[in-house]
Amino acid sequence: MYELVSGPLVWISFIVFIGGSLYQLGSMLKLAKKDKVIYPYMSLKYGLRSIIHWIIPFASTNMRKRPVMTIMTFTFHICLVLTPILLLSHNILWYQSWKISWWTLPEATTDIMTVIVIAASIFFLMRRLVLSEVRFVTFPSDYLLLAIAAAPFLTGLVAYHQWLPYKTMLILHILSGEIMLIAIPFTRLSHMFYFFFTRAYMGSEFGAVRNSKDW
Amino acid sequence: MAEPARSIVVDPGLDETIKKLTPERIESTIKKVLTKEAAARLKVYMQTCVHCGLCAEACHFYLSHDKDPRFSPVGKVKQTLWEIVRKKGKVDGEFIKNCSRIAHTECNVCRRCSMYCPFGIDMAYLLLLVRRICAQLGVVPQYLQDTVNSHAVTLNQMWVKQDEWIDTLQWQEEDAQDEVKNARIPLDVEGAEIMYSVIGPEPKFLAQLLGNISMIMTVAGMDWTMPSFDGWDNSNMAMYSGDFETMARVERKHYEAAFKLKAKKIVMGECGHAFRGAVYDGSKWLSWKQSPVPVIHAIQFYYELIRDGKIKIGKKFEKPITVQDPCNVVRGRGLGEMLRYIMNAVCEDFRDVSPRFEHNYCCAAGGGVINCGPPWKKSRVEGNRVKAEQFKATGAEVVVTPCHNCHSGIEDIVDYYNLGMHVKFFSEILVEVMEIPEDMKAE
Repeated sequence: MYELVSGPLVWISFIVFIGGSLYQLGSMLKLAKKDKVIYPYMSLKYGLRSIIHWIIPFASTNMRKRPVMTIMTFTFHICLVLTPILLLSHNILWYQSWKISWWTLPEATTDIMTVIVIAASIFFLMRRLVLSEVRFVTFPSDYLLLAIAAAPFLTGLVAYHQWLPYKTMLILHILSGEIMLIAIPFTRLSHMFYFFFTRAYMGSEFGAVRNSKDW
Repeated sequence: MAEPARSIVVDPGLDETIKKLTPERIESTIKKVLTKEAAARLKVYMQTCVHCGLCAEACHFYLSHDKDPRFSPVGKVKQTLWEIVRKKGKVDGEFIKNCSRIAHTECNVCRRCSMYCPFGIDMAYLLLLVRRICAQLGVVPQYLQDTVNSHAVTLNQMWVKQDEWIDTLQWQEEDAQDEVKNARIPLDVEGAEIMYSVIGPEPKFLAQLLGNISMIMTVAGMDWTMPSFDGWDNSNMAMYSGDFETMARVERKHYEAAFKLKAKKIVMGECGHAFRGAVYDGSKWLSWKQSPVPVIHAIQFYYELIRDGKIKIGKKFEKPITVQDPCNVVRGRGLGEMLRYIMNAVCEDFRDVSPRFEHNYCCAAGGGVINCGPPWKKSRVEGNRVKAEQFKATGAEVVVTPCHNCHSGIEDIVDYYNLGMHVKFFSEILVEVMEIPEDMKAE
């Protein structure tokens, strides 16, 4: 089982993740031609201006109005992306396979980052359950997506600390990571890459066409 | 938690029209709009929205209904477009009726929410798509459809005939001469610098505004003209009902009037949606990236007149006064700074609103909502309690609304919430305070 999840399934999930993402972006670029306004209005300057205002914490009005959400969402996304890349044990695996490795964070740090992702996931879950404006637009799939994003971190934490049978947890950890990678291009997790395009378009419309700000 | 039941509004434009719908027609119409007309934005917005609800507090309807989630921007999209897409167009007439109610009467397509969405999703665009589907099915609030019919038949919004139009201009020219003796409304002057255009309701029931512009243009010494023929009306309710073919005819006629007169630019009266129709939505549909003739909104025009000293201000307006930032020219054109400049230039005691500029609340009348008529007035006014609270906090006695929809909508709000304020167009203040040179003064 371990050989399967840590071998062929890794390849499959990365191929699906990268291939699927490229496919989605490709079809978006093609559809954008049909949507006549996209290319004429797209502006590099105003697109970037908008992206910058929305990837810096508290740089937009809505972020300042909701400080807890802003802190939670930024730490969540930063830790979610960086932890798997800068984790020592992941780097060791890459080194063993392909003799490549890069800078890593101390294990205590990545441990905390993992806990942050889990804590923020619980925060998002509570928001969905408690706030009526979020609950009203919540579908079962929203809980599933949150679970898909949180699972690799939860299983990783348990496996690292060996709180439960190590081998089983490790398999579950790898498997949940693979599920997440495969899910990204085909679910709303694709906001990972669509973010830059929706933001850039709205920024262009507000900036280049309407001469106003969108933050 | 169950939300309170919605009050029943009788509107033949919805109640009667849905009786003619068949499931096949609904499905094929939806399919046509979603696959032939919508493309990348629909797909990406549907896939990107993570249902976070962060747009909710951007909406005046949501805030005014004590945070009822059915009125949040994403809540409105959920109840309409998400269901349509999820059911692949297999929805019934009652559902379409509810879509029209939400998209036509409970959303002003003001785009405030897209400044609050972390992804910049254009929810106004999504609700305009819903309106498009409803309009293609013939399900549109009756009063709104009547203005669209007027556009389609007469190319103006108010069934104004050409003789009535010319007659009104001449009447207002004479009225203006009571103040400025050489005041004129020059008709059909070829090669004039400026073609001045207004919305249909001006000759219909706000004719004094035509007299005002005659005085202002004459005092400022402008080279201007107005068309006596179709194309004089710059308003466009078809843009808001979802009848984009009629929208395009109206905008084309408006620009053709300017081409025919060889005008260098179009200056338009105090109206926000007219600007949006001419510069963005209409131009886009006609495959123009920008307006083919420069279009200057009244705010910018008055700003330039005052800044360049073409109009001199005498005794400033004294009463405490505040202002409404019209969405379509402030969020839609960034004219907020110019608006403050002219307000301070003509008023002693200008009290600004909060939030303001791009973040100002919509008047709840724009986006065609007020044109849905008396049946929907109560829902519209109750949907903008925050606007009443915002104005009340300024302590002003007068509100300036440089937009027709804002003007009518805010008059209703002032009335309903007993604010005791006067609502005025900027030009009404300007003609009161501008200096009329001695040689122009009527005896």
